[in-house]
Amino acid sequence: MKNNIASRNRTAKIGQSVMFGSTLFALVALVALLLNVVNRSFGNVIVRREMEASAFSPTPLDQLSRDDLAALVKRIADSDDYEGLTRGAYRRMDLEKPFAERSKDDIIGIINERLIKEEVVTSFTMWQTVFDQAGMNAELAKLNKSLKVGSPEGRIEFRSWINSRFFTQTMGSVAENSGIRVAILGSLAVIALTMLLALPIGIGAAIYLEEYAVKSRLNDLIQTNITNLAGVPSIIYGMLGLFVFVRALESFTSGAMFGITDSNGRTVLSAGLTMSLLVLPIIIINAQEAIRAVPNSLRQASYGIGATKWETIRDHIMPAALPGIMTGTILAMSRAMGETAPMVVIGASTFIVSDPTGPFSKFTTLPIQIYTWTAQPDEQFRNIAAAAILVLLVTLLSLNMIAILLRNRFSK
Amino acid sequence: MTASKPPRSLKKKTRLGENVIQAFFFFCGFVSIFTTLGIVLALGSQALRFFGEPDINPIELITSIKWSPNIGEIGIWPLVTSTLMTTLLALLVAIPLGLAAAIYLSEYATPKVRNTLKPILEILAGVPTVVYGYFALTFMTPFLRSIFGTDIVKIYNMASAGLVCGIMIIPLICSMSEDALRAVPRSLREGSFGLGATKLETSLKVVLPAALSGVIAAIVVGTSRAVGETMIMATAAGAGPNFTFNPFESAETMAGHIVRISGGDIDYNSIDYTSIFIVGLTLFLMTLGLNFLSRYFVNKYREVYE
Repeated sequence: MKNNIASRNRTAKIGQSVMFGSTLFALVALVALLLNVVNRSFGNVIVRREMEASAFSPTPLDQLSRDDLAALVKRIADSDDYEGLTRGAYRRMDLEKPFAERSKDDIIGIINERLIKEEVVTSFTMWQTVFDQAGMNAELAKLNKSLKVGSPEGRIEFRSWINSRFFTQTMGSVAENSGIRVAILGSLAVIALTMLLALPIGIGAAIYLEEYAVKSRLNDLIQTNITNLAGVPSIIYGMLGLFVFVRALESFTSGAMFGITDSNGRTVLSAGLTMSLLVLPIIIINAQEAIRAVPNSLRQASYGIGATKWETIRDHIMPAALPGIMTGTILAMSRAMGETAPMVVIGASTFIVSDPTGPFSKFTTLPIQIYTWTAQPDEQFRNIAAAAILVLLVTLLSLNMIAILLRNRFSK
Repeated sequence: MTASKPPRSLKKKTRLGENVIQAFFFFCGFVSIFTTLGIVLALGSQALRFFGEPDINPIELITSIKWSPNIGEIGIWPLVTSTLMTTLLALLVAIPLGLAAAIYLSEYATPKVRNTLKPILEILAGVPTVVYGYFALTFMTPFLRSIFGTDIVKIYNMASAGLVCGIMIIPLICSMSEDALRAVPRSLREGSFGLGATKLETSLKVVLPAALSGVIAAIVVGTSRAVGETMIMATAAGAGPNFTFNPFESAETMAGHIVRISGGDIDYNSIDYTSIFIVGLTLFLMTLGLNFLSRYFVNKYREVYE
């Protein structure tokens, strides 16, 4: 048996470094994850254009006002110089939706699509952009050599895949014209509905379990059941939602009951109902802890001056437990925001161009967009997936930050 | 004014409003029971429908190793083995790293270090799994392919998905184990130091065994998370059931299969639709069993200190 103190101390030293190294690994993983996303959200691209915007407008397009742009399009159409935007084409588009009513992004989109005809051929990562100038130039030279004479040459430009158009565009068949507008609105709609349903029920259940429930078989069962539900994989909730809300209650969730006919059960309402069941255990468990932390003296003082149980809960326990409940609520919200699997199972649309208009409309959410774009073979779709991830992570981090601040501020 | 009224009865007064409120709260508590019943009903009824199909032989579920319900092959093993493979890989990463990090945070780190490291781990725990899926496909897979060669490692493979899943559950195992380690009373450590043990010896031979029930519970919960993990598997592990034990091959896990089949417009009367419920039922029972197991460990082997 080795009892040598020096060697035992050495082992202890090594052991400590191993433990520290393991902790560092988690940090390294987080940094790698973030860098990987940032790496693909920004970087150079090789683009080809039929013509440059400077050919018909001395000032860059996005610096022009909406009215100037409308006038510019009209001038180009009237001159009849450009094949992509003839007088006839202009009239057709104006009939579809008058130019006076179109938004700035919409008009720029038309100019891009019909005149400039921009095409991203290759995209590079941030890393390549900074450290591999030669590689990018070689790629460009190879491309330009393979082009037919007279067709527009490629050029290298820097691109941030997160830009204002990324937030305002709907989905498109090419990555450059795709945006997350519909997905963000869908996410917001689903989360709003989820919280609306889950908050009262969750807090109610917590109040019941902490304040009313006496020790009985049934109440034990409810408590055990909630703990178990917290451990059920989210995809199982998706199947529950598919069976109950999308199919069994289709006439309700599709709005057929209320006279809406153009929809099936795969709506914002179904998603909200499913998600509220999913976040319910999180809200209940957190609210229970918050209520349990309220000192008993508060209850007794309230009863002592003749308050009823409900008055005690409403006027004394709830205000004291509120910060804790809010922390749990925010955690539940961020969970609902990032959840993908149940949404895919209940059948959120993966390609949809119209904003959700109410509980009975089809929808998509931000994580679903990320999933669909990641699954595309095109490198550019990976870029916009990274950009969407960045948006999602920033939102979630701010939510978590608020939760932590709340906890620190009120934990006394 | 009240003086003229007869003396109040001291019996408990029934207040209708109070009772209504209590009934509402009880209903809220009961919603969770409905949820469980709904899950069992949904999975069970569709699974029964599946077995009721004419050319389905229920025993094949565990005797066959081919899964393609469309042509009557319903051996669930390819989906189960790939799930177990990815779970195993995840645990290989998460148990040593998560446990070591837990020991470091609870035994070695100064309060200041712990207060900076813990929130960072919490951030890691809050990252949505679809982001981990992206990380697996765009970082881990190319990384593995550059090490082992592109011939051996497929573009979609279990190794990449499993390893990233392991990274995902490190924070879970770490924070649950750390809670267990920190609950061990100081006197035990001091007794050990007093006998001349080093810090490492104290941590591994005194504190860790004393907290074992909590640590095992953490590992079991982590396992349950890995088994039910969906988006990482759907993104990086590949599509199509494949009965293989080679981690560099592509193979679909149970959860990944459900997502792929149910995404898109599925015909509610097709065998594809009912078959995902039998997979879901298997998955549900597996995670439920693991959750009970974790509770059992905590209750049975918990050392209680005063």
